[in-house]
Amino acid sequence: MTSRDAILASLRRNAPPVSPLPEVPAAMTYADPERQFAEAFGSVGGKFVRVTSLADVNTALKTFAPYTQARRIASLIPDVGRANVDLAALKDPHELEGIDIAIIAGEFGVAENGAVWVPGSMLGPHRAIFVVTQHLVLVMPAGQIVHNMHQAYDRIRLERPGFGTFISGPSKTADIEQALVIGAHGARSCTLFLVGSQAR
Amino acid sequence: MIGHAEKAATFVANDERVHWHDRALWFVRLKRDRQAESIPEWEALREAAAAIKAHTLSRIADYLEEFERNAKANGIHVHWARDGAEHNAIVHRILAERGVTRLVKSKSMLTEECHLNPYLEAHGIEVTDTDLGERIVQLRHEPPSHIVLPAIHLKKEDIGELFHRELGSAEGASDPQYLTEAARGHLRQKFMAAQAGLTGVNFAIAETGGFVVCTNEGNADMGTSLPPVHIACMGVEKIVPQTKDLAIFLRLLARSATGQPVTSYTTHFQGPMRGGELHVVIVDNGRSAILGQETFRRSLSCIRCGACMNTCPVFRRSGGYSYGYTVPGPIGSLLAPLRDPSKFGSLPFASSLCGSCSDVCPVKIDLHHELYAFRQELVRRKVVPLYKRLGMAVMSAVLARPWAYRLAGSLMRWAMPRLPRALVYGPWNLWGRQREIPPMPRESFRELIKKEAK
Amino acid sequence: MPKVALFIPCYVDQFYPQVGLATLRVLRRLGIDLDFPEEQTCCGQPMANSGCAQDARPLAERFLKIFGKYESVVAPSGSCVSMVRNHYAQWLGEKPDFDHLRMNTFELCEYLVDIARVVKVDGDFPCKVGLHMSCHGLRELRLGRPSEVMVKSFNKVRFLLSQLRGIELVDLTRPDECCGFGGTFAVNEEAVSCLMGRDRIADHEKAGAGVIAGFDTSCLMHLGGLIRRQNKPLRVMHVAEILEGAKLS
Repeated sequence: MTSRDAILASLRRNAPPVSPLPEVPAAMTYADPERQFAEAFGSVGGKFVRVTSLADVNTALKTFAPYTQARRIASLIPDVGRANVDLAALKDPHELEGIDIAIIAGEFGVAENGAVWVPGSMLGPHRAIFVVTQHLVLVMPAGQIVHNMHQAYDRIRLERPGFGTFISGPSKTADIEQALVIGAHGARSCTLFLVGSQAR
Repeated sequence: MIGHAEKAATFVANDERVHWHDRALWFVRLKRDRQAESIPEWEALREAAAAIKAHTLSRIADYLEEFERNAKANGIHVHWARDGAEHNAIVHRILAERGVTRLVKSKSMLTEECHLNPYLEAHGIEVTDTDLGERIVQLRHEPPSHIVLPAIHLKKEDIGELFHRELGSAEGASDPQYLTEAARGHLRQKFMAAQAGLTGVNFAIAETGGFVVCTNEGNADMGTSLPPVHIACMGVEKIVPQTKDLAIFLRLLARSATGQPVTSYTTHFQGPMRGGELHVVIVDNGRSAILGQETFRRSLSCIRCGACMNTCPVFRRSGGYSYGYTVPGPIGSLLAPLRDPSKFGSLPFASSLCGSCSDVCPVKIDLHHELYAFRQELVRRKVVPLYKRLGMAVMSAVLARPWAYRLAGSLMRWAMPRLPRALVYGPWNLWGRQREIPPMPRESFRELIKKEAK
Repeated sequence: MPKVALFIPCYVDQFYPQVGLATLRVLRRLGIDLDFPEEQTCCGQPMANSGCAQDARPLAERFLKIFGKYESVVAPSGSCVSMVRNHYAQWLGEKPDFDHLRMNTFELCEYLVDIARVVKVDGDFPCKVGLHMSCHGLRELRLGRPSEVMVKSFNKVRFLLSQLRGIELVDLTRPDECCGFGGTFAVNEEAVSCLMGRDRIADHEKAGAGVIAGFDTSCLMHLGGLIRRQNKPLRVMHVAEILEGAKLS
């Protein structure tokens, strides 16, 4: 008998009587999801910037130290940032090392926790970019903020095979005496530009 | 045998350190409370999570088969391991077949349970734990003391000394930012040089054949997006039925574990990287046996958040090492003796049964009730020493006979005040080491009630 | 035959009879006709707590035999009442009169609030009091909201005590952390148990309490023992003793 068969047989033999799946509890929603998202994103160490157009993003980047001091810049959004790394030309994700700042798009945000959904399709040829870069910039269209994780999963359609990640702020750790340090292995900073006409 | 009580007494003896450890973890419990308070439907979420886990356990084999089918269709290799030894052999085989000698790992309590690291190292594979806390304890050649905060037992000075020795950072440095930066550089090299990455699995989804890994540091992402081989190890109980179930668990997990609304990275793997391979190893290692035990099966619902440890007044004051097992604290005090009752017989007694753990558990495991029930198991198996069992039998016999009970009570109340203090508080009197015994009244209640006016 | 029976835990009967008397007086003053069945001894918790189920069983059976005939049972102890309501089913589940016993055995404060429907406590207690919410009463009997549970706040013990004139219920940093008694835990894990107790006392001291009030004498025995050994200027009192002088209605 294979291990697979032995394990499955043992699990069947030992299983309790079937109990039903529960109803999903009604989840909280927010009067102003964009504001809630901004607060949550900030509370996890991210920087939230509200702009009206992609041109504003470029303007803002000009005074953003991680960008102005960057030697190697990658961007997956046409017309945002003056990229000098040709991601498609890199043969291997290891060549991403040395990228100082990467600009990628977020598909939608979650108000309750400041998480941004970035599917693999939006990470370009080498998905490691979001974690290898020293600084991360996310650009997301306004009006794409859901209230909570239930709504998030209603929206997500992950390809099979596929990859996707929720990014909520920069990389961090509190493993040394519970002192919060931003920038563990991944991005040292995470800035999100929410782009679009102000919803009022 | 040295059990929890003896080790805890040593931990308690260092007054400054025990209070520091206690305050640090209490702070995490308070952060959890603040997050939980912010969700009006918090208790309903716990209820739903518990029900999903109960349902899943009742059909676990079907869900695992569904997962395997869907995972394979995604291009994922699925392996099955009956026990820790088989798990280790499978992981080694995958690595050896591909000539891998440098592996990076992100946190997996399962691999700790199976003692994977020493096995791989003995077979010539360099294993680097990449979670900062885990790397710290790995360099110190010690196990993690908490499943979520592996180095919580260490002061920054300890870590500074360690990094100076091992990483060449500045002597005497203890600033967490500086030390983290030193680790960042050191581990970045390891990530870049790794030939394979190994992770645990927070949740595996039957419906889609994918799985989720949550980290704050991004180490799981770095370790699995650079090298071409990713091995993910999961206990059978990590399976959930549908993608939408993730909403409930992810809303509970980070809030319960560290008091954050969500981890920095919540990554969904649903197939290999282009040009890469993805393997999932599904492990039983005693879990199906626990499933068959009605009293203790709910312990399989555990999502390894560590909230029970943070809230436990005993854990906070005894530290993870007092438990002597991969997973300490309240849940560990069940998982360990379930695996080996005689070796871990002291753990179910390392609890005052206050019940706080059961109240914070996101999947509503009745931890303190299971601990109480396990004590009976230990007595049945005679793991509890004879003198304790005899003592209880005698006490029961006395208490069942009102005349004997009254006599014993009167005797004690008469004798205690008359005996010399040195005798009353001799070494036999464990109660009396740090406490006075209650003042002995002349008359008992049942004597006084007779004199009471109606 | 009186409808309500008084259960006085073994250690209260022998070491803290005044708590038993206070309980008796509080209930009688409310006009409750009480019986104290003399054959009672112990609920069996020390044995059950140690895992010695077969040694606890005879005591559970005795308890049912003695108390099963009453309409309700009241005890000044959260842990003994929890034993009856939450753990006796293991030995008595099949017995016909057990269900009634299980549903009608009450700790004193919950009896006063829920059954006797006390709404007014008229008395004086001009002291700074730290309220110790013992774990069994708090988490097993839900005498109040545990700080880790997200439900609407309530506290039956506080409801009774806060009405006393002059009382000041101090704010603790950890309002419901376990004191460390835990039954046999107090002796089996003496080091941790006493550290937990000392930390509780330090919290009460820092908050300015002169009295630590509780509804479980076992916790008070542990805290009191530590206090007396350390010569601290604090005393422990059972809620019944505090309410004894008041008029409840």
